[in-house]
Amino acid sequence: MSEFALTHAWLIPLLPALAFVVIGLFTRLNKKLSEAIAVSAISLSFLVSLCVLAAVIGGPVTMDNPFIQKALWAKMGTLELSMGVLIDPMTAMMLIVVTTVALLVQVYSIGYMEHDPGAGRFFAFLSLFASSMLGLVISVNFLQMYAFWELVGVCSYLLIGFYYYKISAREAAKKAFITTRIGDFGMLLGILLLQITFGTLDFMELKELVPAYIWISGTGFMTVVGLLLFIGPIGKSGQFPLHVWLPDAMEGPTPVSALIHAATMVVAGVYLVGRAYFIFSALPTVMNVIAWIGGFTAFFAATIAVTQRPFKRILAYSTISQLGYMMLALGVGSLTASMFHLMTHAFFKALMFLCAGAVIEAMNEEADIFKMGGLRHRMPTTFKCMTIGVLAIAGVPPFAGFFSKDMILAAAAEVSTPLYLLAAATAFMTAFYMARLLFVAFFGEVREDCPAHETNSYMKWPLVVLAVLAVLSGAWGHFAGFGEWVYYGTAAEEHIDFMIAGSSVVLTFIAFALAYEIYVAKRFSSYLISQRFGILYKLSYNKYYVDEFYTIVRNTFVDKLGAALYWFDLRVIDGMVNGLAKGVGCLSCVFTVLQNGQAQRYAAVFYCGVIALVAYSIFYAFRILQLLGGAY
Amino acid sequence: MNELLKLVHGVVNWGMDTAESMNAGVLIDASVFYALMWVSVLAALGVVLCRNVVHSALLLTASFIGVGCLYIYMDSPFIGAVQFLVYGGAVAILIVMALMLTRRDDMAHSNLSRSLFCQAGAAVISGAFFLCISVASLMTQFREMSAELGDSVTGLADMMLTKYILPFEVAAVLLLIAMIGALVIAKGAHES
Amino acid sequence: MMDIFSLSAVDILNWSVHIGLTHFLLLAALLFSIGLYGLLTRRGIIPTLMCVELMLNAANINLVAFNHYRPVTDFSGQLMAVFSIAVAASEVAIGIALAFRIYRERGSVNIDELNHMKG
Repeated sequence: MSEFALTHAWLIPLLPALAFVVIGLFTRLNKKLSEAIAVSAISLSFLVSLCVLAAVIGGPVTMDNPFIQKALWAKMGTLELSMGVLIDPMTAMMLIVVTTVALLVQVYSIGYMEHDPGAGRFFAFLSLFASSMLGLVISVNFLQMYAFWELVGVCSYLLIGFYYYKISAREAAKKAFITTRIGDFGMLLGILLLQITFGTLDFMELKELVPAYIWISGTGFMTVVGLLLFIGPIGKSGQFPLHVWLPDAMEGPTPVSALIHAATMVVAGVYLVGRAYFIFSALPTVMNVIAWIGGFTAFFAATIAVTQRPFKRILAYSTISQLGYMMLALGVGSLTASMFHLMTHAFFKALMFLCAGAVIEAMNEEADIFKMGGLRHRMPTTFKCMTIGVLAIAGVPPFAGFFSKDMILAAAAEVSTPLYLLAAATAFMTAFYMARLLFVAFFGEVREDCPAHETNSYMKWPLVVLAVLAVLSGAWGHFAGFGEWVYYGTAAEEHIDFMIAGSSVVLTFIAFALAYEIYVAKRFSSYLISQRFGILYKLSYNKYYVDEFYTIVRNTFVDKLGAALYWFDLRVIDGMVNGLAKGVGCLSCVFTVLQNGQAQRYAAVFYCGVIALVAYSIFYAFRILQLLGGAY
Repeated sequence: MNELLKLVHGVVNWGMDTAESMNAGVLIDASVFYALMWVSVLAALGVVLCRNVVHSALLLTASFIGVGCLYIYMDSPFIGAVQFLVYGGAVAILIVMALMLTRRDDMAHSNLSRSLFCQAGAAVISGAFFLCISVASLMTQFREMSAELGDSVTGLADMMLTKYILPFEVAAVLLLIAMIGALVIAKGAHES
Repeated sequence: MMDIFSLSAVDILNWSVHIGLTHFLLLAALLFSIGLYGLLTRRGIIPTLMCVELMLNAANINLVAFNHYRPVTDFSGQLMAVFSIAVAASEVAIGIALAFRIYRERGSVNIDELNHMKG
């Protein structure tokens, strides 16, 4: 049975892909049927993933001994490109996370898209997304991963721009696609360098080759490769310089935000670093870069999230912050912590986004949290779920976030104190802004004009399931030995550093208390505080003007370059082509004079040619006859 | 024709010795050739230069007949006969008929040439052409011999109805097509 | 090959009375050139056609002369001439029909006015 599940793991991405094809081609206009197809496809994938998980847990598959299945995809000379399935505990965990979240989000979407005529299209895209993400997860080599990586990007583009009639959605889709493409280009260069250097892109083969290469020729060249490879995850996982697309991506339907921009797609970068950990972990410089970019992103995004007002935007910056956490964990050498946090984060962030969807739908597309209030009376289930999510992300024991965040903090503390302090400060701020969100939106008095109501059951049950997972997944991971299961090198021991855990819990409760004092008890005026820290507040509220900075850069460099190239194209390239055309035109003017329709002139020209030929042949025959002698 | 010439030779060479008789026969041959040649060439020049197109047509017939005689001189009586019938008869009559149908004004200036410049150019081109061909002909030393091939009419008939039956039939079809085509063209499609 | 530049007057006289293939070729070339001159200078369609007939005749002379003076075993040259005459006859028929037609359409048979194909 376990063998069967492993050998049929290729079905996992294939089923949603089939659903995409069927919905896209045939049942797009039939909403109910499209929903049924999409949900049943992802359910089957989920079941197969469960079987794979069971097989991995019970079987001989470990991180060092993965199950591999390969098929030749294309062959050019000596270059063989293969596709296949690589299953180790990390893959199994990702499969479960992706299929679970995708399934729940799709069920949720049935309710969310109830009145949207484009639901068929939506479910097709969701299926395609699930398929490409699952394909990415089971990749055996960089090329396959890159292909699915781009496919994931395309799905993200399609889904962010789902409401294509809204200009903001179109712009956000373009922004997301182009920004991540910048990262993907660096990654492509890295992949090509790998192919050139090692002649293979296969993870298992590279795992053998890379350490030997580094041992022989040092880390210099591989550091370049590693940094290039890491640019891809920077773009895809919204790390610091390329994070700008992720908040704008909230223009898409909320289930999409939950699925793609919180739980699954954005962790592709983290997953890639994890998958290629044998490269990164051997390069101290790159590890430092990863750790510091992760740490800085976590802190930076958290400071922005403190002042934002739209519900989803706060969650988006919180996502960036949490992704920074995962990168930080990878950078300090703890694959286990990163993957553990990836899993718990996927559950509680999807939960919070789905709650956000429910709230925003209930509020008739009103996103500003300060226009909400008292929602806990109107939407009790959503409120409970949201509370669980907030407790989980803030790291309150025994919720999921506590265990994973603690593991990251412990790993950071082992390596570098500044990084630990950064992470701890981030944890404090995370607790604060999450509490702010919760208190402002759900506590206080119910507004007069508040249209909020409890959601329908399609939307309710996924919330409940995710809430359960958000509560249990951390404890399960901790006590069932996640670290002995997903690790790099040697299996990590599970232990709680009470010093670190205790201090972070204390910090969390201080943050909660602070938020309560400000936003519920109103003991301090939030307005006055914002006045006091005027510049900082403005910086944070305007997201440190990163977007504006990029606009200036674009206006000065890209537009000017474009203008120069336009000039070049217009004058030189077009000039060449047009000049050629004009030259031909002039030449044809000359020749049309010859073409005067006078048959006798033609005959004269013809006979001139005949004379020339005869004269030439006489000359030629003369020479031949001179050589041969004699008569004909 | 050869028999005829031999007879003439015999009469002229009466009592002369062999070498002289050969010489005299050759002279007669040559004078017959040159006479026919001048007839053809002068008539052809007339065709080209006459200002009256009817004169041109008549001189063309004369040229055709001169050439036909040259065919007979070359021991090809069948071709000569065909030349007389087709060119000297049919084509000449056709051309004269066509002239009658298309000319209504003064015949004296009916056969206009192009400008003097054009004439000079045409003279240069045709002169150069003649020069080329004659140089080629004179430079080439042909190994001449007249084979005794027998009766040309019988021989032609044999070839035409055995080995070359397909071209012969094709030529027949071509003539039929030309006839119908000429009718259709001359009649005009819209005047049915 | 004949060295035509080192011939004495006697040689030329002797050559000119011994009628051979070359004489006929020269005659044909002369007739052809005359026809060509006419073809290039005449303005009417029918005179032009006449000149074309002259040129065809010159070609036929070549065919027959080669058949007569060359060591051939059959009458293929003459046969060729017969076919050539047949083709020439059709050509004349069609040409005159066209001339007739053009005259009726345009009221003129001057070939230099027929420049519809001017580029």
